[in-house]
Amino acid sequence: MEYNLRTPVKKEEILRLKVRDVVYISGKVITARDEAHLRMLEYFDNNKPLPFRVEDVVVYHCGPIIIEDEGKFRAISAGPTTSARLNPLVPKILKKVESMVMIGKGGMSGEVADALKEKGVYLAYTGGAGALAARAIKEVKGVYWQDLGMPEAVWVFEVERFGPCIVAIDAHGNSIYAEVEKRVEENFRSILSPL
Amino acid sequence: MVSREEVIEVVVDLLRKAHTELPEDVVNALKNAYEREEGIARSIIKAILDNISASKNLGVPMCQDTGIPVVFVEIGREVDLNFDLKEAIREGVKKATKEVPLRPNAVHPLTRKNPGTNVGSHIPQINIDLVEGDAIKLTIMPKGAGSENVSSLKMLLPSQVDQIERFIIETVKNAKGKPCPPIIVGVGIGSTFDGCAKLAKKALLRRIDEMSKFELELLEKINRLGIGPSGLGGKTTALAVLVEMGYCHTASLPVAVNIQCWANRRASAVLR
Repeated sequence: MEYNLRTPVKKEEILRLKVRDVVYISGKVITARDEAHLRMLEYFDNNKPLPFRVEDVVVYHCGPIIIEDEGKFRAISAGPTTSARLNPLVPKILKKVESMVMIGKGGMSGEVADALKEKGVYLAYTGGAGALAARAIKEVKGVYWQDLGMPEAVWVFEVERFGPCIVAIDAHGNSIYAEVEKRVEENFRSILSPL
Repeated sequence: MVSREEVIEVVVDLLRKAHTELPEDVVNALKNAYEREEGIARSIIKAILDNISASKNLGVPMCQDTGIPVVFVEIGREVDLNFDLKEAIREGVKKATKEVPLRPNAVHPLTRKNPGTNVGSHIPQINIDLVEGDAIKLTIMPKGAGSENVSSLKMLLPSQVDQIERFIIETVKNAKGKPCPPIIVGVGIGSTFDGCAKLAKKALLRRIDEMSKFELELLEKINRLGIGPSGLGGKTTALAVLVEMGYCHTASLPVAVNIQCWANRRASAVLR
């Protein structure tokens, strides 16, 4: 199935998605990498409200290249970063939010798939496709935590038909990565067996 | 005679070129992969090819991870240098960071403080070789972290020659979808602990459409893993395997596997 989703993505829309569905996102996307995730957790620990609502946006694992053009920020290359680095952090964030839609690349762990159950999805965007992704970013609306530096800051993007994103982990415990990994392990054993 | 200003400009040009024009051999390998694949894998390769066109047409970096600049310099024996070549290369990287622009990636390893210039202690990484002739050849390979992070080095025992293949395939298997497959696998066999890593990196400078029988066999085995484009499954896990070898100590067998993403960016220029 192919879906066009607009933020905030409702819980029932999240639950409808199944692995291998293709999704195009429009609306508000925020970037968050290692440092932004750590800071979110720090805010939660100190009962401090975040400057954004995770449920209202899509969280994009991305460290973009931003330029300042006549006083306005512009994203010129903004593909996804390796999501697996955030494996230990995302389940802790999911405990504190009602729902979450993530976009990243390379896949996430079984623990993340468990934490996403009934709560959220992980969408895969083509790794390295920075110029293509930037084309779908219509405006940089602002930035939080700029002290973290350009790649690690939380940039707020207005996007139009950002995609194609593949539903790679759905809210029902299914993960393309888990399926692929199982097959890859079997293939690995058969490749080596005649050795 | 080559001047400092010339080197600075060439470094900027090479970085711009590397980030906006993927070498033809890599583009062709991706086009072949597109023909081979179906379903999700095919749509991922299509997005990669669309991205390569968008990058070239818009003159913006194909990937936001513009990497760490790894620079290879070959200096001809007859070249007369009257300036600090390393300083000029560093200056060129600073300038390119502003002008291309590049993402400021270089940080202090512990404080993670980012000077915003892509220049710091030992960065850019500059390798200098003395060769015959009267020219300077500059090659820049921007190296992203997604693929560098899943690279691996092992000091095998001299009795484990038959384990080399396993170690290479296992490194690719463990990397899964993290390094932005389809990947290019650079392998260094022999030399020393640091030397085999350098051989693996240098292997990545080679054209990817000229492989030996040994390399093609390894490629075929790696592609049987089924990791596929973006790690979502498929026939194309790697586009090439490139192996470089050197002699080593009779008591050791170092092997390094340096993984490169599909964005196998490299650009060279000759200065006289």
